[in-house]
Amino acid sequence: MLFRKYQTEGFWDEMFQEDGAVRPHYRKLADRLSTLNPEEFEEKRKAVDFAFVSQGITFTVYGDEQGTEKIIPFDLIPRVIPNDEWQKLEAGLAQRLTALNLFLHDIYHKQRIIKDGIIPSYYLESARHYRPEFMGLKVPHNIYIHVCGTDLIRGADGKFMVLEDNCRVPSGVSYLLEGRKATRRVFPQFFQDIGVRPVDNYPTELLNVLRYIAPGGNPEPTVVLLTPGVYNSAYYEHCFLAREMGIQIVEGRDLTIRNDRVYMKTTKGLRQVDVIYRRLDYDFLDPTVFQKDSLLGVPGIMNVYRSGNVNFANSLGTGVCDDKVIYYFVPKMIKYYLDQEPLIPNVPTWLASEKHDLKYILANMEQLVVKAANESGGYGMLIGPKSSKKEIDLFRKKVEEEPRNFIAQPTISLSRSPCFLDGKIEGRHIDLRPYILYGEKIKLIAGAFTRVALRKGSLVVNSSQGGGCKDTWVLYGNE
Amino acid sequence: MLSRVADSLYWMSRYIERAENIARIIDVNLQLLLDYEKIDSERLREHWEPIVRTTGNDATFYKLYKEARSDTVTEFLTFNEENPSSIICCIRGARENARMVRDQVSTDMWEEINRFHLYLRSPESRKDWKKNPFDFYKRVRDYSYTFQGLTNATISHTEGWEFMQVAKYLERADMTTRLLDVKYLMTRRSEDPTAQNPDNLQWMAVLRSCSAYDNYHQIYVSHVEPQKVIEFLVFSNEFPRAIKFCIRGVDSAFRRISGVTDGYFSNHAERVSGRLLADLNFHTLDEILQGDLHNYLDNLQTRFNQVGDAIYSTYINHPDAVEK
Repeated sequence: MLFRKYQTEGFWDEMFQEDGAVRPHYRKLADRLSTLNPEEFEEKRKAVDFAFVSQGITFTVYGDEQGTEKIIPFDLIPRVIPNDEWQKLEAGLAQRLTALNLFLHDIYHKQRIIKDGIIPSYYLESARHYRPEFMGLKVPHNIYIHVCGTDLIRGADGKFMVLEDNCRVPSGVSYLLEGRKATRRVFPQFFQDIGVRPVDNYPTELLNVLRYIAPGGNPEPTVVLLTPGVYNSAYYEHCFLAREMGIQIVEGRDLTIRNDRVYMKTTKGLRQVDVIYRRLDYDFLDPTVFQKDSLLGVPGIMNVYRSGNVNFANSLGTGVCDDKVIYYFVPKMIKYYLDQEPLIPNVPTWLASEKHDLKYILANMEQLVVKAANESGGYGMLIGPKSSKKEIDLFRKKVEEEPRNFIAQPTISLSRSPCFLDGKIEGRHIDLRPYILYGEKIKLIAGAFTRVALRKGSLVVNSSQGGGCKDTWVLYGNE
Repeated sequence: MLSRVADSLYWMSRYIERAENIARIIDVNLQLLLDYEKIDSERLREHWEPIVRTTGNDATFYKLYKEARSDTVTEFLTFNEENPSSIICCIRGARENARMVRDQVSTDMWEEINRFHLYLRSPESRKDWKKNPFDFYKRVRDYSYTFQGLTNATISHTEGWEFMQVAKYLERADMTTRLLDVKYLMTRRSEDPTAQNPDNLQWMAVLRSCSAYDNYHQIYVSHVEPQKVIEFLVFSNEFPRAIKFCIRGVDSAFRRISGVTDGYFSNHAERVSGRLLADLNFHTLDEILQGDLHNYLDNLQTRFNQVGDAIYSTYINHPDAVEK
């Protein structure tokens, strides 16, 4: 009943084919949802909202003195991905993470990829988060990116493409896990009937990774989660993960350096820390090295890291991969290091600092999405078709002034998924952020954070810009 | 447990206890005024000023208000944001500390402290306070009782809980000392011809501030006598607001943290608290009345502060000792 009036409006829809038939992997869900009427659905939605608020699954809105905590809007209709498609994603993401990790090792050692002319050295040296001070530094098992959140989108033909890599401090995984708890509560019967793969092994898998990367192969390492503190927007997630992994959540002031080792201050004395799951941007880690005014970090911790007496996840210097200019080169990295074709392509990208590309960008701004190379959260971005002439002109100026800091991509009309909004079901654009862990092996959690652009017609899915999320069901089978 | 976490739990607990104690003092003293035959502003000042002093903030008070009257003093002690010991500030402090260690307190505790905080900041609370202060202060106490009940019933009684006990008992012992002291000084001075037996009323108020009135009468089958009140509130082994009871609470919490038995110590905090408890165990009422009660109470407060300092030097800002 719920879907009777639903229109795909010409977009690639996750649930419905072009001819209006339900896609095979959505059939079981559609059957079950159709037994519900809008009132029942609304009731379930309210129950989930209530659960989110009372458990405090919130993010903090900055600039609000009272520390307003808001919940991220959660849409109840799950996004379903069949097994065969998931396996392709899994292989593609593992391939990409392997290449990115080899790239990091390379640029902090011999820089073969630069010497062989694959990436111009100018781009590396001007990457904002490139950290030449880590040149030659060895990290355990040569793993740099332990937790990676890769944003994927589908284009008009339904094919997945990589939109960006998050290799610094990817967040959002608590929404995935809590979202799953919520759908399990309201649709308990669906899970077994439909055959949905579980996600709640994530904290265990993450802890395995963190233990695996301990300095000197210490079999019983002390692992902590380092948070910027209670005022950080993702504090809820930090508490959540620390609790689920059974590790301490620490702030910079809880740590101290003695004899080239990191200790945490406990009521029973100082206790050595071996691995730090870092949810603090590394620019704030050590006030003696980076941000001098940072009160969040631990003075001298960088020296301990250099001595190999503590390890960080993710390693320091990984942010260079988040640079959208470096992103442009990832398919080339895959070819260069692995001698393979990329299994998941990038979104076609133009670099403003390439003369030829710049000309194209400036001439076609009305059709393009222009992005700052080092911003995230949906900031510093122009969506040409949805912008006024004034906004476009402003951006044109910025691009001309600082071409290194801008890239452009065609405006992709992201795929849509049915969402339950104000008692009706309507299509909204979505993306997909899976979480990939790199320890002894590369592991992809069988679920993802699906972000939804809740405003009608909007293509921006970030929670800071009116985005919501929904649960992502990866099936055991294909139907 | 992280030192910072212990520190936050300690202050969260102290602030809640302090807010409750302030509510008790105000409530009882408002009630006491109802018993007087006639009251002029001089008498009111004499009544309230020591109470402002009890909470240690008379300088701030006179910066903000001209006279010590029922409305100014209770406003100052309840809602004033410049008075760090006002109920509203205590609860803000408790909430801030709870927020820092949100993963260590139960959801129920967090929600209760939040409700408390939000209520005090709502226009409704001011209205309640004006309309019926007795109900208002009862409500404040109820919030504290609920919170303490949840503390006992919804989290494990492990190290963090022990630090909350230390804080609660230390704060409570401190407040009982202050209450005794202020009444002692007051009754010594007061020569009020109008009141019938003012001393008695004053000492009854002390008992009521500590919820000790009924308990007292179960033990002493007589009317309220200052000496007996002092004995009860300093030396009772059974009454939970008596100083000895509280210090025993502090000392046993320390011992549960370290596992060291009575009569021994493994760190500075245990040494200071153990010694204080021993003194309380072996002092007698005659002994303290022979000297000056005020000095005795003053000395107790100094020693409470030493316990507080010892907590810091032992558990929070400890030196380089590396855990084995």
